[in-house]
Amino acid sequence: MISVSSATKRYGDFAALDDVSIDVEPGSLTALLGPSGSGKSTLLRVIAGLEEPDAGAVVLEGRDVTYVHPQQRGVGFVFQHYAAFKHLTVRDNVAFGLQIRKRPKAEIAAKVDELLEVVGLSGFQRRYPSQLSGGQRQRMALARALAVEPKVLLLDEPFGALDANVRAELRAWLRRLHDEVHVTTVLVTHDQEEAMELADRIVLLNHGRVEQVGAPRELYDAPASDFVMGFLGPVARVQGGLVRPHDVAVLVEPDGDGAVEAQGRRGRHRLPAAAGTGVQRRVTQDSGSSASGCSSAGRLPAARSASVTCSTTPRRLERTAIHTCCSGAALPA
Amino acid sequence: MRALRVVALGYLAVMLVVPLGVVAYKTFEPGLGAVWESITTPAAIHAFWLTVEVAAIAVPLNAVFGVVTALVLVRSDVRGKRLLEALIDLPFAISPVVVGLALVLLYGRTGWFADLPFQVIFSLPGIVLATVFVTLPFVVREVVPVLREVGDDQEQAAATLGASRAQTFRRITLPSIRWGLVYGVVLSTARAIGEFGAVSVVSGKVSGETETLTLLVEKRFTNFDLAGAYAASTLLALLALATLVAMTLLNRRKDPA
Repeated sequence: MISVSSATKRYGDFAALDDVSIDVEPGSLTALLGPSGSGKSTLLRVIAGLEEPDAGAVVLEGRDVTYVHPQQRGVGFVFQHYAAFKHLTVRDNVAFGLQIRKRPKAEIAAKVDELLEVVGLSGFQRRYPSQLSGGQRQRMALARALAVEPKVLLLDEPFGALDANVRAELRAWLRRLHDEVHVTTVLVTHDQEEAMELADRIVLLNHGRVEQVGAPRELYDAPASDFVMGFLGPVARVQGGLVRPHDVAVLVEPDGDGAVEAQGRRGRHRLPAAAGTGVQRRVTQDSGSSASGCSSAGRLPAARSASVTCSTTPRRLERTAIHTCCSGAALPA
Repeated sequence: MRALRVVALGYLAVMLVVPLGVVAYKTFEPGLGAVWESITTPAAIHAFWLTVEVAAIAVPLNAVFGVVTALVLVRSDVRGKRLLEALIDLPFAISPVVVGLALVLLYGRTGWFADLPFQVIFSLPGIVLATVFVTLPFVVREVVPVLREVGDDQEQAAATLGASRAQTFRRITLPSIRWGLVYGVVLSTARAIGEFGAVSVVSGKVSGETETLTLLVEKRFTNFDLAGAYAASTLLALLALATLVAMTLLNRRKDPA
């Protein structure tokens, strides 16, 4: 159980944390999500004791640790850039915390073997970090953090420095590991997909404040603010309100003006057709078949109603696609 | 590229290799026996050990001070860091002779610290003080960039794993700055055994008592004992070379992979 109450941290005029309070359930995997500069890493470092808050308190397992040195907090911390001990072998990296605790040699050896097995680095005991790939280094760092059996595991953008394939692989692997080990885990990420896929709960931060806390589905389906909605998935602005593109339906009416209806949180919006530039889009018909075309040139088969998915990136969708899709002047009756 | 290489090698040859080569040649021109004789006179032997002794005190002192200062400069956010940085470079900017004079003014018979229970000027403490002064920046200057480059991620990781500050320093920080430290020590040693200006002012150049190797070389040279000067010079060079080799070997033994 991690409990942070009213944590505030300032760097000069910049408020990295502005009266932040969160509770993390024991055994859960919580993601601190937010854009860069939102204070998510600072919050994690405050929990670890690597940063001291200007005000507020941190309670780990019922003990107030606000001013306790990280050495005595019993947390495991994994850094974005691995922080591997470059002059030590993989084995000695993982054994570090246990050697500091002066555990018997046999016990250390057994524990290291076991952990390297778990993280899939069994054959790499005598290697140095420089001889490992980024993904392997991060798995070693995880094993090192887990070796001391921390009460909480804190991960600061652990996959941020890895390429996309390795990132996806490690993400799935971390989820499995968490399901097995059940250590309370807090993960910092700016990647909403990563947070949605991994976390039981998401704490969404912005400008040093908590925007919303909840299960991924809750945040996606019932966002507390436009910021939350915009951060957690593709959105389009329709008549001043934000909607998810999959909630946009194009209704083709008998008079053939090709109006667009958008199903948003605030009800249905109906937009009359207008002239627009061409944009690639796909129309899924009632029958389930789909057709592509350009709004200005393509001739789409008639349908009583069809949903439009625009095959552009969310950001472009927000700015241009919906308007041009909406302006489906060429949508035939 | 080839032209550049010729320029670089030519420069090195003219400026370094030829003068040193001439010294080596001149040293052994009279024959090995003569060389041996001139470096085993009581004055030469004493000068040799005095030089070693001074370096053995000054260099470790500056190594410890250098690492501590580098840590303060890089890792802490105390006030006056810039002033400290500028002060560290002072010995580079000041002529050694001026350093020597300053020490004489401080510790000499009419100086502020004239009443110490032991003699400083014209004796070992003075020579050590002068050597410490001139070799002070080397370790700091070599360790600071390494500390910056390494960053504090590893130290933070060690702290979260339960290591105390002392344990973190010994197990993590020290091994990662090792090469910078070694290079700083080698440079300090070279400077310590080669120092002439400051030492010549404070030592009094008493043969067999406060005469270091560099002073011996100078004395023999001005006394037209050229062969003797060359021999002592070669001894000096060998001493420097021995330090370099020793440090390299020491470091390689501990170096992973």
